[in-house]
Amino acid sequence: MIAGLYIDGTSPLHRAGAGIKILAMIALGTGVFLIPDWPVVTVILTTVLVFYPLCGFGPSVIWAQVKPIFWLLLIFFAVQLWLNDWQAGLLVIARVAAIVLFASLVTLTTKTSAMLASLERAMGPLRPLGVNPEKVSLAISMVLRFIPVIATVASEIRDAQRARGLDKSILAMVVPLLIRTLKMADDVADAIEARSFDPDETAS
Amino acid sequence: MIRFENVSVQFDQRRVLHDISLTLTEKRIAVVGANGSGKSTFVRLLNGLQTATSGTVTVDDFNPAKDGRKLRRHVGFVFQNPDNQIVYPVVEEDLAFGLKALKLPKDEVHRRIDEILARYDLTDFKTHPSHLLSGGQKQLLAISGVLVMNPRYVIFDEPTTLLDLRNRNRVERAIAKLDQTVITVSHDLDLIADYDRVLVFDQGKIALDDTPANALPKYREMMA
Repeated sequence: MIAGLYIDGTSPLHRAGAGIKILAMIALGTGVFLIPDWPVVTVILTTVLVFYPLCGFGPSVIWAQVKPIFWLLLIFFAVQLWLNDWQAGLLVIARVAAIVLFASLVTLTTKTSAMLASLERAMGPLRPLGVNPEKVSLAISMVLRFIPVIATVASEIRDAQRARGLDKSILAMVVPLLIRTLKMADDVADAIEARSFDPDETAS
Repeated sequence: MIRFENVSVQFDQRRVLHDISLTLTEKRIAVVGANGSGKSTFVRLLNGLQTATSGTVTVDDFNPAKDGRKLRRHVGFVFQNPDNQIVYPVVEEDLAFGLKALKLPKDEVHRRIDEILARYDLTDFKTHPSHLLSGGQKQLLAISGVLVMNPRYVIFDEPTTLLDLRNRNRVERAIAKLDQTVITVSHDLDLIADYDRVLVFDQGKIALDDTPANALPKYREMMA
């Protein structure tokens, strides 16, 4: 699940600042697409792969990052094979894999809080335009936090409706999910208030 | 000291609390009553989550209606469902969330987090995703998130309802060891059997106000 990607460690990449890692990710993504060149892509992909064991991650962690996009990579390859040739297909796969593996490496070695703190700093200059970085940061953290919670609620509702023989009814799934999610949103808002969150105060 | 003076709360046309006047000075106070009797509204008044339609609530020197934000650092609130209270995806990040408002030095933030994790045997879960904790661990994390702020009072709104017996007992022990004044709303009468004072709510009024030994048998009769 998305919220559980960070793996604790003490490697140099774990210790590096979140802002630097995010900038490196943007630079790598842009570079790989601006220079569609075999030697460049090979060096970048190899470097990214070498970083995994340096950060204490084995082949299973690498595979876990590639697995969700494996079929997508095959489709990219097939399209390139059809439109161009197999070398072009391999180049596209290598470019996408390099970006995904580096993005995953950043997520695996960076705590959500550090990532959000960098985001808050980056959004600081937007404050005069009415953007509140603390609120944006809280909203993102809550998306990450509540994806698994809502998935659990959906699973409970699916089981309950299946027990009633309503497993084919979309309405029987969507309506209770919506109601419970809205109720949960009310409760979470209360809890955040009870925990003294004040975006204006934390900003000062 | 908590003082209620002629406090009433009304939602639209429905009066939820009727003219409550009392003073609370005990260390362990329980609030019981049927669903919809007004007990949750009563405790929500204590940290400003709810404001009185009429009358005055005072918690030490704070007026919840005016000093809401300051008061919420003074009065912690633990909700029934920890999943709705844990805001950040990783355990230590969630504990740091409330501390952000206190603007403490980083070292102090880390010290408080480590101390509270050790107190509830959650140290090994410091960097774990919060959604992967067990129900009992989540409730202890929710409690930790409140206690890390060092509040003077802690309100528990049905803290054991969603827990199995083992985790219920863990939470009971955790509450029993607290130095703070505790106000617990609960249907779990065993949880509050050793408390100093029990308030029984019925249709927005305090029907009984006594020690557990006197109030709970009468409450059981009322609910029979």
